[in-house]
Amino acid sequence: MPRLVPPLLVLALVGGAAVTAAVAVGSVPVPPAALWAVLGGEGEPLHRTLILELRLPRALAAFAVGGLLAVAGALMQVLLRNPLADPYVLGLSGGAAVGALAAMLAGMAAVVVSGAAFAGALLSTVLVFGLAHGTGSWTPTRLLLTGVVVAAGWGAVVTFMLAVGPTERLPGMLYWLMGDLAYARSPWPALAALGVAVALALPLGRSLNVLARGPLQAAVLGVAVRPLEWGVYIAASLLTAVAVTTSGSIGFVGLVVPHMLRLVLGNDQRLILPASALAGGALLVLADVLARTLIAPEQLPVGVITAMIGVPVFLYLLYRSR
Amino acid sequence: MPTAATSSECTDLAARELVIDVPGRRDGDALSFTVAPGQVWGVLGPNGAGKTTLLHTLAGLRPVRRGEVALAGRPLGRWRRRRIAQRLAVVFQESYDGFPATVLETALIGRHPYLSPWDLETAEDIETARQALRRMELDGLEERLVSTLSGGERQRLAIATALTQAPSIWLADEPTNHLDLRHQVAVMELLRSEARDGRAVFLCLHDVNLAARWCDRILLLDPDGGACWGSTESMLVPAALERLYGQRLEAAQINGAKVFVPVNS
Repeated sequence: MPRLVPPLLVLALVGGAAVTAAVAVGSVPVPPAALWAVLGGEGEPLHRTLILELRLPRALAAFAVGGLLAVAGALMQVLLRNPLADPYVLGLSGGAAVGALAAMLAGMAAVVVSGAAFAGALLSTVLVFGLAHGTGSWTPTRLLLTGVVVAAGWGAVVTFMLAVGPTERLPGMLYWLMGDLAYARSPWPALAALGVAVALALPLGRSLNVLARGPLQAAVLGVAVRPLEWGVYIAASLLTAVAVTTSGSIGFVGLVVPHMLRLVLGNDQRLILPASALAGGALLVLADVLARTLIAPEQLPVGVITAMIGVPVFLYLLYRSR
Repeated sequence: MPTAATSSECTDLAARELVIDVPGRRDGDALSFTVAPGQVWGVLGPNGAGKTTLLHTLAGLRPVRRGEVALAGRPLGRWRRRRIAQRLAVVFQESYDGFPATVLETALIGRHPYLSPWDLETAEDIETARQALRRMELDGLEERLVSTLSGGERQRLAIATALTQAPSIWLADEPTNHLDLRHQVAVMELLRSEARDGRAVFLCLHDVNLAARWCDRILLLDPDGGACWGSTESMLVPAALERLYGQRLEAAQINGAKVFVPVNS
């Protein structure tokens, strides 16, 4: 049995350090003493505005989104028993993108864009759920195929909208597609969703360990397989929908973070799920710091950075794993 | 050797007018039999006769076409899955490689039915799993990844996992698959000793001679759904087996035990 607490403690410290760095670094650097003063309720007005109204909410939103995507990815991988699954594999980000881009095309306000993204994500979830259920028996392969095909359909609609959209709206639409934390207004819904997800995932962790060994073995060991599978599907979909709504579809975190952790910590979902929340959060916070500082005052799409950090780290871990 | 972690209650498993659901086949004979504590049942039949389907149906993993399966006198449908899992273990023909896992972790999932959602495995659970691994001669491999094991070692691990589950009823689909001769004997002896300790054992087998030596009840299943069952002496006669398999056999006695050898017609 791997002990659960020490790795989580280390990851929590990394997450805390990442958020601190995100708050301190930027076009106006905040020295540690000033940071301390602001957190204590004092400090200069400039620093207070900068930290409490801009950087801290954005860092917390990044943390929440990264955590949500990593947890959703870890859940999808167990559900589909497929290491290539990520939160978007079942077409959810496509549905969200169609909703968001349609709202942007119509010139709607940011709130409406978020709402439309969430509605699109849910619509896609329900569509895949219903179609995969079909008239025959239900299998992860069938769910996967349904999801992938629905995703391809959304992809076509997105391309169509980009093709017919007016030129002045295109940059905003493209940034949404690549994921951008500048869209995040309040971090609290996403953080709350992350907290609920981890609290629910912990008691289910051992059942998920058993489910990862196949549905028959799981049933024989007393797991109610069908309700668990649908529960995991709906939970992972909701988490992804909240993440996508907060900041557009940020790639890579959901696929790679759970795998990195599995390579280092083993395969116990009771450890992997909370560890994914912390590590995914920390990765996205750091990626966002780099995205807004590397070519400041311009910003890079954060998805570029997550891949630039994640790819070499992942390949290194894979290379030295047994 | 019942330990604290072993369920020692005696339970039986009964098929009542059971017709198994083999897709594309007409209704077979209705099966009514009881696998009682202390008995070892062996199911024989050619490929595609429905042995695995029958075993999965008895485990409640497949719907019945007609009739029902009862555990300790109560239909399976009225049990909670977790309660069934505390009494009944299944050794599958194939094991599933999901994510990489070590041998000890794999055996430990046998404790799942006994733990509440918030429990971590206790030292006692780990000791139960280690003991099961020792009985299957897998000690020393605890930290190995399952994907690095040989076919026979995986098969023994599947049996060790079921042992860790401490069932009162064993359902095993070809438990001697991939095993060398010594381990075939060891596994059959283990199942026999489980029966002696008051557990009920139900096996699908390919090897008539293993069935002849270690089973005391035999169920013959043929591909169009016909079935008959009874004591080993009454069922394992060359004429019946030749009809079942469509293969000529010679029977011989070696050290007082009956053996069957296929011969060319």
